Amino acid sequence: MHRYPHWIVLAALALLALAALTFALAAGSVDIGFGAVVRALFSPGDDAGSAVVRDLRLPRAMAAFAVGALLALAGAMMQVLLRNPLADPYVLGLSGGAACGALTALLAGAAAMVTPAAFAGALISTFIVFGLARGQGAWAPTRLLLTGVVVAAGWGALIVLILTVAPEAQVRGMLFWLIGDLSGASRSGVPLAALVVVLVAAMSFARDATLLARGDLTAASLGVPVRGATLALHALAAFATAIAVTVAGSVGFVGLVVPHAVRLVIGNDQRWLMPAAALAGGALLTFADTVARTLVAPSQLPVGVLTALVGVPLFLWLLRRSGR
Amino acid sequence: MSAALPILACQGLALSVPGRTLCRGLAFDVHAGDCWTIVGRNGAGKTTLLQTLAGLRPAAEGTIVLAGEPIANHPPRRRAQLLGFLPQDTFDAFPATVLEIALGGRHPHISRWRPESAIDVSRARDALAAVGMDGALTRDVQTLSGGERRRVALAMLLAQDPDVLLLDEPTNHLDISHEVRSLELFANLARERGRAVVMAMHDLTLAPRYATHAVLLDGTTAEAGPASALFNVEKLSALYGQPLVAVSHARGTAFLPA
Repeated sequence: MHRYPHWIVLAALALLALAALTFALAAGSVDIGFGAVVRALFSPGDDAGSAVVRDLRLPRAMAAFAVGALLALAGAMMQVLLRNPLADPYVLGLSGGAACGALTALLAGAAAMVTPAAFAGALISTFIVFGLARGQGAWAPTRLLLTGVVVAAGWGALIVLILTVAPEAQVRGMLFWLIGDLSGASRSGVPLAALVVVLVAAMSFARDATLLARGDLTAASLGVPVRGATLALHALAAFATAIAVTVAGSVGFVGLVVPHAVRLVIGNDQRWLMPAAALAGGALLTFADTVARTLVAPSQLPVGVLTALVGVPLFLWLLRRSGR
Repeated sequence: MSAALPILACQGLALSVPGRTLCRGLAFDVHAGDCWTIVGRNGAGKTTLLQTLAGLRPAAEGTIVLAGEPIANHPPRRRAQLLGFLPQDTFDAFPATVLEIALGGRHPHISRWRPESAIDVSRARDALAAVGMDGALTRDVQTLSGGERRRVALAMLLAQDPDVLLLDEPTNHLDISHEVRSLELFANLARERGRAVVMAMHDLTLAPRYATHAVLLDGTTAEAGPASALFNVEKLSALYGQPLVAVSHARGTAFLPA
């Protein structure tokens, strides 16, 4: 298996992330040159360009980066926990719970409650799935996966119900939320802080996670505290996903495609895969969000449409390529 | 040897799986240098016994003592330094190089935030050389054959280098030459390096050659003792419900279907 050294891949991804952030700050309806962007960041003046970069584009770009990184990290963890390279952060129904919470708040006309309702919905869904899937004190991947898929189907039905009874005027906002949209992300502090916490905590279980991918028995015989590590990784993945979904709605494919693609390049050693997936996921969503808000400017596309449009062919290509 | 404390001991051990008790009152002591072989028909409880001895599942009754302490009292990492377990099957759901997998065996010897040292890497390479997989260090495990994957799993355990090695059908998928080489390797670890080996086996032509002791499981009762007292035509024929004949040769006795 030919691979580039781990640190070279990581450095390349860091450069890619930097490029995506720069693009996000420079591109938009107000054209701002690279030099002006650097000046706005490091010696801001009172001009309109500085204000646009610092107050509008920077928070949104950072939020996009954090959400993408959180989703990719959560996807990497779910794939290991479910021993399934096709698992994604939403596979256990968490995004459905969040969507039901958010849509209910929108339906009730309580715009301020959308964020807390989405977060509560995500947590409720997580507790339902883990409560129901618990058999003999352990969570078997197959049982968890089946429970999650069925609970997600239940949320799906509720979402359609809400969309059906909602007044026409609200449906558009609801659809944007469902497919994932960052236009409302004006603050990046919470997702960035969550990203740092989740990444550091997940990295402390990285070697355990690599061994868990080889089966509970192998991991346990090598001294991995299987129950504790599994529970911690599930909790981290659920928390990361809940934060991401709360900020941006259910942006699809980042959590599925990014860890899978990164694994093909860097292998399944979680000590490298986790930070690499975070960088790649952050870069991808930052880039996609910038395109989403500039492609048909002045109107904006929901970023989830773009990640899906890019993600579907990319994923199919990777799958075909790895099958050879 | 019998004066020394056993490295692994069980007393009054009962094994059960849902709906069935597999044995009761099983007691035996494993000392450094021993090579124990567990035999019995499919479903008689060989895997259950090994996993219980490894501390990976609770015993229905009885105690298991590892290095002088009840096995559950050892922290997981410490237990893994003392005792290693080779499962009957291993998973390769994700790509990984042969060297990465062997390095996984060093896990209990490396603290949480440390990377593998040069010593860990050389231990992993030696382990792969011992099973003849050192020519494939960068191969993806998912491209290997079943027998080659088995040898990589064996190398992972060798790199772990525990005092007690519990092996669940270690020679699964191996061709006859690698079967003999692996069994020689484990017998040598016991004889010359003072390790203790306990393995479940189906091959009655090779098992008697290496076993110093045996456990016979028939699904309801268990018998443990020196191999010389248990490996004979009467006992094994009754155990398997299959008439056997003993064939003596220069390296010992082999049991064949009559």
